[in-house]
Amino acid sequence: MSTEKTYTPELFEPIGQLEKRAEQLNRKQVGVWKDAWLRFRQNKGALIGVALLLVIGLLAIFGPLMNDHNWETQNLAIKNQSANIDGHYMGTDHFGRDLWQRVWYGAKISLEIAFLAVFLDVVIGVTIGGISGYFGGRIDMFIQRFIEVIYSIPNLIIIIMLLMWMEPGILAIAIAIALTGWVPMSRIVRAQILKLRSQEYVLAARTLGASHKRILLKHLIPNVMGPIIIAVTFSIPSAIFFEAFLSFIGLGIRPPEASLGLLISEGNQILQLFPHVLLWPALVLSVLMLAFNLVGDGLRDALDPRMKK
Amino acid sequence: MARYILKRFSLMIVTLFIIITATFFLIHSLPGSPLQNAEKLTPELQAQILAQYGLDQPIHIQYFKYLGGLVQGDLGTSIANGQSVTGLLMNGFSASVFIGAQGLILGIVIGLILGVLAALKRNTWIDSFATGTSIIGVSVPSFVLAATLSYFIGVELGWLPANLWGTYEHTILPSIALSFPVVAQISRYVRTEMVEVLEQDYMRTAKAKGISRLAITVKHALRNALIPAVTVMGPLAAGIITGSLVVESIFAVPGMGKIFVDSITSKDYTMVMGSTIFYSVLIISALFIVDLLYGIIDPRIRISGAKE
Repeated sequence: MSTEKTYTPELFEPIGQLEKRAEQLNRKQVGVWKDAWLRFRQNKGALIGVALLLVIGLLAIFGPLMNDHNWETQNLAIKNQSANIDGHYMGTDHFGRDLWQRVWYGAKISLEIAFLAVFLDVVIGVTIGGISGYFGGRIDMFIQRFIEVIYSIPNLIIIIMLLMWMEPGILAIAIAIALTGWVPMSRIVRAQILKLRSQEYVLAARTLGASHKRILLKHLIPNVMGPIIIAVTFSIPSAIFFEAFLSFIGLGIRPPEASLGLLISEGNQILQLFPHVLLWPALVLSVLMLAFNLVGDGLRDALDPRMKK
Repeated sequence: MARYILKRFSLMIVTLFIIITATFFLIHSLPGSPLQNAEKLTPELQAQILAQYGLDQPIHIQYFKYLGGLVQGDLGTSIANGQSVTGLLMNGFSASVFIGAQGLILGIVIGLILGVLAALKRNTWIDSFATGTSIIGVSVPSFVLAATLSYFIGVELGWLPANLWGTYEHTILPSIALSFPVVAQISRYVRTEMVEVLEQDYMRTAKAKGISRLAITVKHALRNALIPAVTVMGPLAAGIITGSLVVESIFAVPGMGKIFVDSITSKDYTMVMGSTIFYSVLIISALFIVDLLYGIIDPRIRISGAKE
């Protein structure tokens, strides 16, 4: 303010034709997904999560090929061995079965159940949430009242009841988990669609004569993908947890099969004498859930920077 | 407010009614006889036992009888040992409530301290420690944690009893196992909110007035940061109730969780049904109470008029 300034006539010349290029973008354009990836890449925790998931995923597929045993052969002569002898990398359980084989076989089953359950979650949740949000009005109100009742029933109760009624197996457990898991998914989708459906591009599409189906599938759902992906990454560890929980209390996978929850439950019975039978599957389960949570946190920060905490 | 309470309360009753009805018919549609070793009994004896439990009557009559009993707090008789389900559950209730409440309080206190410290000392080791704890607390299931605690602190170090029940020492490890997810959630929410609140203008005003740091933190910051933490209390209480199912069976605590798990394993269906209803009531009431508290603590939230 205090410094003196000389004003010359040149300063008042119009800048002129420069603005012709004002609209031109100098940098390369970055799409939503590329942008998210750039942010995701900088999140150390999320990258560690991805690495852990890759390691566990590969071991669940190829781990069983890495020694000469299988998950079901019993050998009572060598039961509860904790040492790594004869290719039993993680020792043996109370029937002398190879724990390495059982842990990776169990991890595979647990992951299959989780993926199947979350797939069902997405199908049901997106359909119902999409319809509810897009059509609104009476349909929305009816669906929301229905969801309110389902939501207030503790999910554990529904799952337990269903599993006592259905024959336990991978599909039954996945269905039981999905039957309560779709509710949060549908709420997310509905909230997003409610927000998006009044935007101009939807109006434009409708004016051009696009059908409801086309508007939902081609215009609205792709724009809800971000929140859906985030919800999926958080649903998977929760499905893994429920599977483990159910198998632990005896309603999930039945012996002699294996899942992480069942292995933990078996290990728990001989915990004081042979802790390794519990610790290995418990470690894999914890790392798996940790990895999914880390990736989920990373994705949330990457896809929805406004929500970043 | 009164209208809102009434609406929520009636929704709660409807939910409970649906749960009771669905459980009842599901259990009665299960294949097989509720009697153990039915094939070894003579037909006359079987009929007599079925009549004793009222299982020989048509299903709808049984249903109304059950509802009638329920209104008077009678959940029927356990098939496995012939005792009253209500009595058995009440026996387990005190142990469960004790470790549950202790775990919840422990979790809230530690979670609060951790969250506040993390927010005040942002980007220091305390902050990283709190973040690490909350990620692990969310990831590691309470039963894995329970088993690990039981082995390392109970068996290896021998500091506390690894399982069973009796003295106060027996309650410590189960409570810690239950408190872990609570610590994780509470510290995370409190930290996020505190960070936001600390940047508000009224914080600067308070500082300018020369109020002590402690008073600012507790009276101005923490109070406002607590509100969102209250919202997670309902799900947290529900989580503790669910978690206690397995934590109790790991530590051999004679609580409701153990009774429930045992009844599933032994297919004692009246017991399963009684416990299911009991648990539903607990969880649903916990959510109900928290919702009401939320409205009272933060008057800005007008739940009664709120529409999604």
